[in-house]
Amino acid sequence: MKRRDFLKGVAVAGAAGVVGFPGIWTQRKAAWAANGEIPVGILFSLTGAVAVVERTLHDAALMAIEEINDNGGIHGMRLRPFIEDPASDPATYADRARRLVLRDNCVSVFGSYTSASRQAVLPVVEGRDNLYWYPTLYEGRECSRNVMYGGAVPNQQQQEFVPWLVENFGGRFYLIGNNYVYPREENNVCKMILDQIGGEAVHEEYVPMGHSDFSSVINRIRQTNPDVIFCTLVGDSDVAFQRQFHAAGFDPEQLPVASLTRSEVEVKAMGGAAAAGHFSSAPYFMAHASPENARFVEAYQRKYGSDQVTHFVSEAAYFQVYQFKAAVEQLDPSDITPTNIRAAAVGQTLMAPQGEILIDENLHTHLWPKVAQWDRSGQAKVVLESQERIAPEPYWAYEGQRCTGEGLVTL
Amino acid sequence: MDAFLNQAFAGLSMASILLMVALGLAIIYGAMGVINLAHGEFVMLGAYSAWLLQTYLGLGILVALPVVFLMVALVGLLVERGVVRWLYHRPLDTILATWGVAILLQQLVRSVIGPESRYVAGPSILDGNLVLGGVVMSNYRIFLIFFSLAVVAATWFLLKRSEFGTKLRAVIQNKEISECYGIRADRVYSLAFAYGAGLAGMAGALITPLVSVTPTMGTYLVVDAFLVVIVGGVGSLLGTVAAAGLVGEATAMFSMLMNDTIGRIAVLLAIIFLIRFKPMGLFPDKVRR
Repeated sequence: MKRRDFLKGVAVAGAAGVVGFPGIWTQRKAAWAANGEIPVGILFSLTGAVAVVERTLHDAALMAIEEINDNGGIHGMRLRPFIEDPASDPATYADRARRLVLRDNCVSVFGSYTSASRQAVLPVVEGRDNLYWYPTLYEGRECSRNVMYGGAVPNQQQQEFVPWLVENFGGRFYLIGNNYVYPREENNVCKMILDQIGGEAVHEEYVPMGHSDFSSVINRIRQTNPDVIFCTLVGDSDVAFQRQFHAAGFDPEQLPVASLTRSEVEVKAMGGAAAAGHFSSAPYFMAHASPENARFVEAYQRKYGSDQVTHFVSEAAYFQVYQFKAAVEQLDPSDITPTNIRAAAVGQTLMAPQGEILIDENLHTHLWPKVAQWDRSGQAKVVLESQERIAPEPYWAYEGQRCTGEGLVTL
Repeated sequence: MDAFLNQAFAGLSMASILLMVALGLAIIYGAMGVINLAHGEFVMLGAYSAWLLQTYLGLGILVALPVVFLMVALVGLLVERGVVRWLYHRPLDTILATWGVAILLQQLVRSVIGPESRYVAGPSILDGNLVLGGVVMSNYRIFLIFFSLAVVAATWFLLKRSEFGTKLRAVIQNKEISECYGIRADRVYSLAFAYGAGLAGMAGALITPLVSVTPTMGTYLVVDAFLVVIVGGVGSLLGTVAAAGLVGEATAMFSMLMNDTIGRIAVLLAIIFLIRFKPMGLFPDKVRR
């Protein structure tokens, strides 16, 4: 090809690009919601290490979408889920989120279980000013204007739980968790509360993720002789620890394990006998008695099998889709954009399975914390229910910092 | 003193688990030279077999052990026949091939059985603890220690005293000459691989009461198994036993002095030093190849 022909060709192609794809220049071509469909992204891992939990979140979110569509959708438009599998790898989360936001034009993405994957998606949703609905309890200390946080932050899980434990069992806590940011932040909060009410952390230790032999830890527990095991182990480690702790013959009435992370899923894996008598703190338990929860559990088990359990993260994955719906309903169909959805969502209340929840202006959720004791059947009996809805304070342990409607403010 | 004895027992218990997981690998990697990265998945399949047998047939794990052994040995046989046998003359390629098999098996279990972690009840006759002074020993862990030693004894007998073992050792030393003497080398290899896989499966079934049964459970175990085999000296049964004991006790002692995270790092550092000064492991194989 001659050089002149080549240049001509490039010029023609360039002109065709300008004329043919005006979206390149104007940023947004079509409306977010068009053709009777509202596109939303579903970004939970179906393969890899965290698939165990994220599969249930995926199921719960899809069930909510299906229910909404069966009941006529929103403004007569159907929710169209775009499903991606990020394969438990944070970099893949970012990549798939970009795909959902840019290619599929999603007005919101529902996804993530781990903080690592949420933080990987953060630059994507912040860069495109989209919305990421994150259902998991987490360590706080984050204040993005593009993430809707549906799970509990440390103050919501601990501000009633820790004093209650001290009152009932004593103030000498043994803190054990996996070695990453969540357990460390939660333990900081726990130690702060213990300081205020005259308890102490007799030992604090972190084991690697996936650690499965706890004989040394159990020996150390015997030596230090604490009143409470304050446990932020997750997943397989939690299951292995509890089975070995139970087999070592400790009595839950003398030395209970108080967990922030143990849900029906882990208890099913460790067996009700091992978990019986120990405690968890969370806004939702499958056995919580409310008409909304009865409906949720019934629908979930009908759809996915009667041996399936619902838990405090899948509940949030479910109700967040309804929060999204309620927000979009307030908008004119031509105004459906991520930022308008965010504005409409703030201040909104919703009857969730756990109780009536409220979205704070800092985009976290006001929740109903509960303390529950596990029984041999693998279900939790709620023994302490918060008298009022607890406000989310993601910077509770950090004096001088607050997460507000304008983002993070340093006082 | 009690703290020390308790910790020594913890180390012994860790060693017994390591030993069972590593023993199958000692044969597959140590004797046959196949770097089998799917070994952890054989352990995982053993755990799932125990779960299947318990959930659907009501068999306790002790009763189910022989069945688990056969089930996983069969999988091992298929893997050897289908993949590994083509790669005996390209040992490095077995790394990639068995890694692929590992991913395949993991995803297969996840798709067919489901990703959630499964519960397998331990044998109730072994519930409870043996208390000697201040030392508390779980009955099940005591059982594991003795059982692992019994498995070693059986394996030693199989390799050194049985006709099959003699053939296997002959094939390992010189495949062509052995074939001239009428030994069917490919069959010997298949059976040895299946036996190693079966041992891994049994180990998987036996650890189910202590851990969580998930599709990914093998990934952590395979690393430890390789450590043990390499520290012990490739091809040496005695070395594997000694290395499992050493790694188990070292892990326990370091984690008593520091904590589990740093203990683990310390053990790995110690192994690096050991390999630096004894590259062939503690008990190197003296056979000429």
